[in-house]
Amino acid sequence: MPLRKDLKSVLLIGSGPIVIGQACEFDYSGTQAIKALREEGLRLILVNSNPATIMTDPELADRTYIEPMTAAAIAKIIEREWPDALLPTVGGQTALNLAIELAESGVLDRFKCELIGAKLPAIKKAEDRDLFKQAMVNIGLEVPRSAIAHSMDDAERIRRELGLPLIIRPSRTLGGTGGSIARELDEFRARVAWGLEMSPIHEVLLEESVEGWKEFELEVMRDGADNVVIICSIENLDPMGVHTGDSITVAPAQTLTDKEYQIMRDAALRIIREIGVDTGGSNIQFAIDPKSGRMVVIEMNPRVSRSSALASKATGFPIAKIAARLAVGYRLDEIPNDITKKTPACFEPTIDYVVTKIPRFTFEKFRGATDELGPQMKSVGEAMAIGRTFKESLQKALRSLEIGSFGFEPHSKDANRDETLAALRKEVGRPSSLRLYHLANALRLGISREEAHALSRIDPWFIDAIAEIVAAEDGAAREPFSESYFRKFKAMGFSDRRIADLRGIEEGEVARSRRSFGVMPVFKAVDTCGAEFQAFTPYLYSTYEGEDEAEPDNRRKVMILGGGPNRIGQGIEFDYCCVHASLALKEAGFETIMVNCNPETVSTDYDISDRLYFEPLTFEDVLAIAEREKPMGVIVQFGGQTPLKLAVPLARAGVPILGTTPDAIDRAEDRERFNALVEKLGLKQPRGILARSLDEAVAGAERIGYPVLIRPSYVLGGRAMEVIADEAGLRRYVAQAFEASERHPLLIDRYLRGATEVDVDAISDGETVVIGGIMEHVEHAGIHSGDSACALPPRSLSPELQRSLIDQTKMLARELGVVGLINVQYAIYEGEVFILEVNPRASRTIPFVSKAIGVPLAKLAALVMAGRKLADLGFTSERVPRHVAVKESVFPFARFSGVDTILGPEMKSTGEVMGIDSSFAMAFAKAEIAASSDLPLGGRVFISVRDEDKPLLDPIVRGLAEMGFELVATRGTAAYITRLGCRCETINKVLEGSPHIVDAIVQGRIAAVINTPDASGTADSFSIRRTALEHRLPYFTTMAGARAAVEGIRALRSEGLEVRALQDYHRG
Amino acid sequence: MAVRPNREAILALADGRTFRGRAFGTIGEAVGEVVFNTAMTGYQEVLTDPSYRGQMVCMTYPEIGNTGVNREDVESRRVYVEGFIIKECCERPSNWRSELSLHEYLEQAGVVGIEGIDTRALVRHIRTHGAQEAVLSSIDLEPESLIRKAKASPGLIGKDLVAEVTCAEAYDWELSDWELGRGYRAMSKEEMRDAPRVVALDYGIKLNILRRLVASGFRVRVMPAHSTADQILAENPDGVFLSNGPGDPAALPYAHKAVAGVLGKKPVFGICLGHQILGLALGGQTYKLDFGHHGANHPVLDLRTTRVEITSQNHGFAVDTESLKGRAELSHLNLNDRTVEGMRGQGVPFFSVQYHPEASPGPHDSSYLFRRFRKMVEMFPRYGADTLDRLMAEETVNANG
Repeated sequence: MPLRKDLKSVLLIGSGPIVIGQACEFDYSGTQAIKALREEGLRLILVNSNPATIMTDPELADRTYIEPMTAAAIAKIIEREWPDALLPTVGGQTALNLAIELAESGVLDRFKCELIGAKLPAIKKAEDRDLFKQAMVNIGLEVPRSAIAHSMDDAERIRRELGLPLIIRPSRTLGGTGGSIARELDEFRARVAWGLEMSPIHEVLLEESVEGWKEFELEVMRDGADNVVIICSIENLDPMGVHTGDSITVAPAQTLTDKEYQIMRDAALRIIREIGVDTGGSNIQFAIDPKSGRMVVIEMNPRVSRSSALASKATGFPIAKIAARLAVGYRLDEIPNDITKKTPACFEPTIDYVVTKIPRFTFEKFRGATDELGPQMKSVGEAMAIGRTFKESLQKALRSLEIGSFGFEPHSKDANRDETLAALRKEVGRPSSLRLYHLANALRLGISREEAHALSRIDPWFIDAIAEIVAAEDGAAREPFSESYFRKFKAMGFSDRRIADLRGIEEGEVARSRRSFGVMPVFKAVDTCGAEFQAFTPYLYSTYEGEDEAEPDNRRKVMILGGGPNRIGQGIEFDYCCVHASLALKEAGFETIMVNCNPETVSTDYDISDRLYFEPLTFEDVLAIAEREKPMGVIVQFGGQTPLKLAVPLARAGVPILGTTPDAIDRAEDRERFNALVEKLGLKQPRGILARSLDEAVAGAERIGYPVLIRPSYVLGGRAMEVIADEAGLRRYVAQAFEASERHPLLIDRYLRGATEVDVDAISDGETVVIGGIMEHVEHAGIHSGDSACALPPRSLSPELQRSLIDQTKMLARELGVVGLINVQYAIYEGEVFILEVNPRASRTIPFVSKAIGVPLAKLAALVMAGRKLADLGFTSERVPRHVAVKESVFPFARFSGVDTILGPEMKSTGEVMGIDSSFAMAFAKAEIAASSDLPLGGRVFISVRDEDKPLLDPIVRGLAEMGFELVATRGTAAYITRLGCRCETINKVLEGSPHIVDAIVQGRIAAVINTPDASGTADSFSIRRTALEHRLPYFTTMAGARAAVEGIRALRSEGLEVRALQDYHRG
Repeated sequence: MAVRPNREAILALADGRTFRGRAFGTIGEAVGEVVFNTAMTGYQEVLTDPSYRGQMVCMTYPEIGNTGVNREDVESRRVYVEGFIIKECCERPSNWRSELSLHEYLEQAGVVGIEGIDTRALVRHIRTHGAQEAVLSSIDLEPESLIRKAKASPGLIGKDLVAEVTCAEAYDWELSDWELGRGYRAMSKEEMRDAPRVVALDYGIKLNILRRLVASGFRVRVMPAHSTADQILAENPDGVFLSNGPGDPAALPYAHKAVAGVLGKKPVFGICLGHQILGLALGGQTYKLDFGHHGANHPVLDLRTTRVEITSQNHGFAVDTESLKGRAELSHLNLNDRTVEGMRGQGVPFFSVQYHPEASPGPHDSSYLFRRFRKMVEMFPRYGADTLDRLMAEETVNANG
């Protein structure tokens, strides 16, 4: 069964913005699918609202729509493009849900568009919990006992039947949003109510708790001839009860005998056949009772998933790529295995190493959020590590996380030195982002392995491994250095840094000694087959063993350091840049070497670079690769802060850094050197000081004048950045701050209230500087640039101001000797330009700008860094588009109950979307819709703003009134609006008693909320914002945002939303 | 838990390559051909598989022993591998059925193990230079001496290893498949009353083949490998099964003769060595593969249905079907290296596979072959020489219907 001849064009739906539960893995899978299908000669049409993806690169698909991911918008695309088929299985839950909607509404039938991969009945059977359960019963498999509730009455009835504890799972939400477990009655009612709210179809599943059971996943593939193979088995270290996305997972499964594994495999085959997934990959989750081996089926995803991305990276088997080929007619045995070349893809990979994935969390970003894990996913990224043993793999994974951990440190940071065993016992029993460290600590302090297991329900096999690592610490601290010392401890995964910490010496000393004994890592290949066949793809990892398989050649090569695990502030945008660097340099004839440890990404696809090292991005690990490969240069400026931090140490170790020098980077990052630079150029910046102590901070802030903007130096994403109004606030901040940054001082700047913020991205070859784009933020300065919406080209800046921004950017680039990319953030305050920040590296906005102007800036920058000139590359002048592109941010607030939605200088967004159209208003409207903030076209808008914002109300309320919106406001705001001559109803604040605004929101009487926080009454306004969020209402917490929304609504009402391919924007 | 001695061990290959590691299992010395197995689960089944007689096995998956050892997951009554070569031996197994650690088990079995070596380097070496004789020792730590011993080892070719593993006397087998929570089910006399009888020739038979035969509805009589055709026919079985086993199939002329004597008279099904013996009994040839197939992930194409089965494999020799033209037709093909995986009689009712449909360890994709055998035995009295053609036609109808 070769390629189907009746298919000429395929529509692929991406997964939209990066959110918790849906990250780069779907860019990875979608990109693979597009490439594979285009190789088959098919015409590919793509829709994805996320500009930071590789898949939305205009050269990837034939037609690329960066449009809101709504069924209505996609229906328009289908109407324009008439695709023969829709592939819904590589874009996550978002794509699957949209496909269901398009199929059920008849759009697909109307345009004769066939669902390929999985048909509607199969999708529904897998997704609908009742149908799924019935299907499992039909094929004789067990599921946890459960029932569906659509109301509290249903739920109570079910509780009486099944008893507590019960798991509450809302239907059709991403990554288990709204999911929880209820052990007590009152807990049960509150959580059911929340779950019903979060489900778009108002449905929750109440399920017998299998908490504490062992959890496994199988990645399964099926082709149209009904051949089924298992690609990978995964065992969760965290037992049932923690969302698998938040669990530490290990591949392959470690604690199953063959008999037990085959029961699971047989079940998986039966499940994929019964559900009827025609072709492609599925993920099936199982739970096993550790006492009896009883197995129950938990769920199935009839599509590629985060786990399938992990499985692909863990085995070298590219699930999404193969799934795409299968969907258009091929059989598994007709597709070759890329890695071995000689054998077919119809087999089950076997691996000869252990893979460990640890999720990355950012609880510290969300004040009020508790670091506690459960059935709802909360992690924002993950790191994967490969080692020859679990112990090595686990310790490599810890240092891949980039949370300042290089092994099982005692973690005194988060707990008192004298923490009692009682406290530790509690922590070991409670799933959290730091549980593994607590577990190690508990074992270190003498809690028995048996007790650790009883408390945590983590399988004794994993506990033993951690216990052995902890038990080895003593020897690692005391035994004299020798060859056998290093062979022993390095093979267990101990980093030089951890050994240094244990011995109280410097890392360099450990490294020198290790080298003197000739103990260096070797590199082994990931080859799908346990070395049974020769591997042709250099996909490598390090270990301490005998034989090295790296076989580096003597070509001119460039090594690119990736960004590590996704986190808030450093995500897909940087991976995009790294991928572009690799592609451009490869095309220019260089050999490219990628180093990264994030399994979700496109950069860790072995297809992207000539060589891939799946390794932690620490100095030790990166240097080892550089020494083995001896590249002509290393690119550190594309992967965000992670590789940037390595620039200076690598340069010192003699590794050539390409592009802008580490010294220039330091000049921009080091506050004192930066001040000198700005002064030298005669430019302006907000008055600021550098404080190394509380006294310096208090005195400095006094001199500058409150409010001040305060942050630790050398951080990304505005981590721990705050606007401080007075000395008391300053003292509170300083008390906590030195935790955020141990080695770097605090920066305190004047806060320019209400200033317009502008981002400028530019590229320089050392001589010529060309502006990539000027982005005007919608929100005023003070809100992190990663969180604000922005427009390109700028909408309100005068030509003179723009000229000045361009000139200043060029001056800065030249002075710093930038070779590559530079990003400058400015504030325009009372007509004057202030420099806020200079980043001589790829910025988060590079993919957005590249897509807005139609120029691949990261590619050009990589070539420039390798020695090319912009003139030779044909990019010598700024390209100002005739259309408008708006970037909007997407936030994870719904995941963290009790967290406020107010924006500030600390970045909180996980992802971004782009709206593109001929006017700002429509582009903004599209961006809002794409960010799931559905702009209402009518209804009642609730307004409550602080006094200082009231003068800005006029255009907003007038605009809304003109369009027939009803206005409702709290007393003060209502009075103000009435004075403006608009009708406005008054409603109580929550404190004023029912019926109040929160009641109105809950009753569904409000269509949108405009609420700017009042410093005094935040508790009241908090409940408004939180309720709006929970009821999925569009809400605006800035006046600028509200004003843009009014313009957007007007555009939507008058013109309606139209779609246009990126290729058309850039053609003319 | 037994305290393990911290002792060095060396593996020396005949071509001079040596690997140093830590000893586990019994302290001693072993000689055998080194092969590698790529299955990620099922080390206990591997250890007890009689086909490994004369061989030392290197597991490519590095963490071995995690689930310990239990009394159920055995493929014979003892450990058959000569030596066990792994990366990391788990000291504290974790599984609800575990009774012993791997180390304890091998120590009790008197089998030498080595851990802590670069098993991947060993596998790559074997892949490049072929499977070869080796010595594994924790008593002689002199590499040169070990290499000499390895070189002196005669190897498998031409050696009758079957004689060392087959049963001494015929016996009946009554246990069926394993079920979670129930263990192996014994068939009752009632259930077995009308079941057809099969003689299973034990060349080193894996117990799971016997269990699968019982589960497929056979009464099973196991007979020693050197049973003659007359002895077999004297049992008046409804079918004859030829088992797996160790070593060189060409070294077993008595088996070729016996099989030739039953072919055509009884329906025959062969697995692995049984398949090779069938080939030789038909006058064909076998040859040694460079490093064989040992694992649980080999894709095999059923040429008639064009379906792919993921199979369990363990063999170092293969049948040359070219040498069997007109007597047998190729039925299954290995998709990795296009070697013969199965054949079917032409005008004579037999079929055989090179791989292991009984799995254990490995996937259950090929269990249909036991059903096919049962069907063939049922149809034989009616259709005789035409049985196989009829059977194939019927299967096609079923597949289409």
